[in-house]
Amino acid sequence: MSASNILISGVGKVFQTEGKELVALHDINLEIPAGQFTCLLGPSGCGKSTLLNAVAGFSPPTSGVITANGVAVNGPGPDRGMVFQEYALFPWMTVEQNVAFGLEIKGMDKAAIGRTVSDLLKMLSLWDFRQRFPKDLSGGMRQRVAIARVLALDSPIMLMDEPFGALDALTRRNLQDELLRIWAELKKTIIFVTHSIEEAIYLADRIVVMTYRPGTVKRDLMVELPRLRDAAAPEFNALKRELGQLVMEEQQRHHNDELRMAAVD
Amino acid sequence: MKSSQMREIGIGMVVPAVVIAIWQAVAMLGWVNPQVLPSPVAVVQKWIAYLLPLQPHVPGGEMSWLAWAFSGELIVDSLTSMYRVVLGFVIGAGLALPLGLSMGASARVYAWFNPLVQLLRPIPPIAYIPLAILWFGLGNPPAVFLIALGAFFPVLMNTIAGVRQVDSIYLRAARNLGASQRTMFLRVILPAAVPYILSGVRIGIGTAFIVVIVSEMIAVNNGLGFRILEAREYFWSDKIMAGMITIGMLGLAIDVGMNRLNNHLLRWHRGLEH
Repeated sequence: MSASNILISGVGKVFQTEGKELVALHDINLEIPAGQFTCLLGPSGCGKSTLLNAVAGFSPPTSGVITANGVAVNGPGPDRGMVFQEYALFPWMTVEQNVAFGLEIKGMDKAAIGRTVSDLLKMLSLWDFRQRFPKDLSGGMRQRVAIARVLALDSPIMLMDEPFGALDALTRRNLQDELLRIWAELKKTIIFVTHSIEEAIYLADRIVVMTYRPGTVKRDLMVELPRLRDAAAPEFNALKRELGQLVMEEQQRHHNDELRMAAVD
Repeated sequence: MKSSQMREIGIGMVVPAVVIAIWQAVAMLGWVNPQVLPSPVAVVQKWIAYLLPLQPHVPGGEMSWLAWAFSGELIVDSLTSMYRVVLGFVIGAGLALPLGLSMGASARVYAWFNPLVQLLRPIPPIAYIPLAILWFGLGNPPAVFLIALGAFFPVLMNTIAGVRQVDSIYLRAARNLGASQRTMFLRVILPAAVPYILSGVRIGIGTAFIVVIVSEMIAVNNGLGFRILEAREYFWSDKIMAGMITIGMLGLAIDVGMNRLNNHLLRWHRGLEH
């Protein structure tokens, strides 16, 4: 299984809304080596999803360059599989068909698709659900399907936009462990967006804390704790306290901004 | 489960039974002229007579038994009317679907056709009757034209809306998986639009069914619409009612059929969980 690096250099993003300019990202520089698990952490409005969407190729940056797998990003592609918070499964396809879809697009032959899909479904404990439609699955199961769908692409890079944000705490922990297992086994390069400090510490090799408007890198640190991490360990909590302070500063700016905007209206 | 269903059906029968009983009593007591309001029993008798073949069966004759069994006026009328509905609907929906898909998918095609569509859409199909007769004369062609017209706009409008409302998250997911324009259209946009298209089909078939009756009253000399108008000329109110009952039953059958089709095609859909 190949892995690949991502290079983000001088990336900025300006949105034009009703004649006003909104600087969502400003001069972001990140080099993400192959196989690294990186979390983008910050309050809402810090541009972490904007950055992820730029890497995914959905919404190109207004300045700077992003390269993935050594190639400049200019549009979405199956080399950067994305897992969305809203699952984004195709509701008219069964679990099996959802996972197979990307492979059919690739033009893989039927027998190979069947093998890959059944391997993945077994790996993610979805085998018994293969004939079901997404509406008949729980949130956790749906997100498993979405992960399987991206894994089927065999892309070296996985982009995850608050994938577990809508799940209950137990399901969430369960899927986090599963994701770590898959990541360790398949050596993917993962960029994972979250606003949960604990989730970031639990999962990541590296945490990039972002500032509120314009989004810049506030802190870029490595998490050296051995896995599986114990959320009750003192080191874990020390890190949580440190990151909590950083994130809360930005959250406060976000809050003040909201108050100011309300006053203008 | 079974007994509760039976009870529900039983409860459902109460009101119709009371209405029919009052109606029968009114007729039997001679409170109304039977030419104005025949008794329900008379209507049912007429319905059966209307259903059965006019001539007795001649064994070994030129007509096979099956053809004979279906030679009753009611059956021939129903089949004629349904043939027109199906033909008109297939033509109308067959034109509306591709146009709707392209109008929904392409802003340019939409800009080309939308003004004309908006202009023509509010004209009820029935208003086309004079023109239809002028263009096509009498017989099947004007009827089929009117039915096609009645089916065309509901299917068109819903198809456009269906394509336009496709949640952008599905488009993003498909683009992420590397879908080409063609795959995107066939495997994502089209299935995502199916619930809307089906509700357009349902409205379209309902309109077609209304239009067939009206156009048979005016432009043709057979079919259920023609038959009940003809019966009025002879003051056969029992036959008018027998025809109306048949129209109602066919409408119900279409509706049940559409429901089945809907439930099958939309078995993945959240809104349908029965």
